[in-house]
Amino acid sequence: MTVILNQSFTGISIGAVLLLIALGLTLTFGQMGVINMAHGEFIMTGAYTTYVLQKSISDAGLSLLVALPVAFLVAGAMGVLLEWLLIRRLYTRPLDTLLVTWGVSLMLQQLARDIFGAPNVQTHAPDLLTGNISVGGGITLANSRLFILALALLCVLALTLILRLTPLGRRIRAVVQNRDLAEVSGIATGRVDRMTFFIGSGLAGVAGVALTLVGPIGPTTGTNYIVDAFLVVVVGGIGQLKGSVLTAFVLGVLQSVLEYSTTVSVAKVMVLVAIVAFLQWRPQGLYTLRTRSLA
Amino acid sequence: MSGFSISRRGLLAGVSAVGASAALSACGAKTGDSASTDGSGATADTSGSTVKVGLLNSLSGTMAISEVTVHNALLLAVKEINAAGGVLGKRLQAVSQDGASDWPTFAEKAEALITDDKVAATFGCWTSASRKAVKPVFERYRSPLFYPVQYEGLEQSPYIFYIGATTNQQIVPALDYLKKQGLTKLYLVGSDYVFPRTANKIITAYAKANGMQVVGEDYAPLGSTEFSTIVNKVKDSGADAVFNTLNGDSNVAFFKEYKSSGMTAKSMPVLSVSIAEEEVKSIGTQYLQDQLTAWNYYETTPGAANTTFVKAYQAAYGKDKPTSDPMEAAYISVYLWKEMVEKAGSFDVAKIKAAADGIVLDAPEGKVTVDGATQHVHKTARIGKIGADGLITEVWNSGKPIKPDPYLKGYSWAAGLS
Repeated sequence: MTVILNQSFTGISIGAVLLLIALGLTLTFGQMGVINMAHGEFIMTGAYTTYVLQKSISDAGLSLLVALPVAFLVAGAMGVLLEWLLIRRLYTRPLDTLLVTWGVSLMLQQLARDIFGAPNVQTHAPDLLTGNISVGGGITLANSRLFILALALLCVLALTLILRLTPLGRRIRAVVQNRDLAEVSGIATGRVDRMTFFIGSGLAGVAGVALTLVGPIGPTTGTNYIVDAFLVVVVGGIGQLKGSVLTAFVLGVLQSVLEYSTTVSVAKVMVLVAIVAFLQWRPQGLYTLRTRSLA
Repeated sequence: MSGFSISRRGLLAGVSAVGASAALSACGAKTGDSASTDGSGATADTSGSTVKVGLLNSLSGTMAISEVTVHNALLLAVKEINAAGGVLGKRLQAVSQDGASDWPTFAEKAEALITDDKVAATFGCWTSASRKAVKPVFERYRSPLFYPVQYEGLEQSPYIFYIGATTNQQIVPALDYLKKQGLTKLYLVGSDYVFPRTANKIITAYAKANGMQVVGEDYAPLGSTEFSTIVNKVKDSGADAVFNTLNGDSNVAFFKEYKSSGMTAKSMPVLSVSIAEEEVKSIGTQYLQDQLTAWNYYETTPGAANTTFVKAYQAAYGKDKPTSDPMEAAYISVYLWKEMVEKAGSFDVAKIKAAADGIVLDAPEGKVTVDGATQHVHKTARIGKIGADGLITEVWNSGKPIKPDPYLKGYSWAAGLS
């Protein structure tokens, strides 16, 4: 029983990392149909932002708190720049966005190597986050994992509120459902696109901050997670926030349970096989967006 | 297209080398000449007043955390040797290549060093995967590689000098030490490639023969950062100690997870064979305090030779830079090569191989002696404990240098390993 509970928590915490990373993609890939391969590098930007801030703010806890909004702004700004420079010219050509943003991703990785050096770097977690909470019965919850879980849920909540309740959210949903109709209704679709990209990329930056608590930071930090993030978005149903949330946690738990009973590599293979089988059965993913523009 | 330009460059270099050796025929010694008589492709050019040596390390990627320091130590040795008059009166010129933590790249760069730069010897590589990738290249061109890192043994190439420890100089003494401490139930955690897999096979065989027990064995892909499940398995396994063969910065993620799951050196010690002072510093001592390591050298190893080495290294690279076992092995590998060349009176590979046996160096780690038969060195085994200051203090040593035994022929339990 202890094993099952411990593994479930581990799975949920892996799911929280996946969710944080996939959240931004749900917006930019799910809602806008842009296959943004540079999303991983926005994550890396967030991680390096934390590293840079920690150099000037010596208190690890404070620097982490400052890093969250700053990383959101920095990564978001990079997303807006990318959207304005390249992606807005490619909205009807999703495969071209893949190639273009992949090129951008390689350039950003090289840029990181030039600025921060090729070796990976580490940040120091605040003391509060290096410990754990024992809830009895041999079950311990690592504080850093709890923090990431809380952060992920907070981001989901904030994103849901923005999409549901704000004028911006209404406009985003309108543009996603029918761009032309939104345009003739007087919505500045270009500005909405840019804001969507800002939020989506900013969330990648926040994910990067969270990743500094898990492992080392390097130019390829984001690349390691980008495939998993796309899997979450596709399996969850493109453009479906609740699908991404559910999928992230299910995949996390599945991975950790399989890993416990087999090995890391075997578990990876089994999860991928499960995903392929699932997509055979439900090619549209868990949830489907019903619009006129998407078949 | 590129193939054409490379061969043209090669041709030009060849033509100019022939011109140079004709002009300097009285004093020039070209190893290529003697080697070519037996049909080999050795191409080292030692005819000029400078001799090129290759430095092949990962300056980027997941292994850079470790290998950049080895690169620095190699450069220091080359600089010192030049300042003291060079080798056989010739200045050394270091040519650096980045293996980029990618094994095919290592092979490619090794070939470039030998054929384009015509180096007399190459120093470097860290992971066994990279060594296995370059081995056929050095054997094909009959060019020597000096390898500075402990490894899993069971290998002997006529063109590789193994300056790091083989298993009987590191892993076997480490197991002896754990056994003596009563830590007999082991959990093996490693990166998923040749060194940890082979090392763990050896550890399992040792355990069987010595009344120890392997209660679990797990591998994570090199560069992996997700260790929560592995740490849970370790925690539930009832092991006395973890034997850690993770490489590179996966160790950062592993130890962060280990600590946040509430385990410490007291509840379940981790003995690592791939974490030295530099890695300790970048992982963070708060995650590693009191954990064990097995090496042949620590920054704190006593002796005048080490004091000089540490001083020279910190003068060159910064006061806060630690020295480590692979760095020390890399540093002395250049000196050992110099000794071999000077004893042979030639840069010729066959001649330095013949001269290698019995060369003694008063190294920072203590006395080391080259064993000509295996091309390994006699080394003292040392177990250390990681302190709060990031330095490692010795808690046990083997007392005298251990004769290298790469195939573990001296151990009956190792029969059948390959």
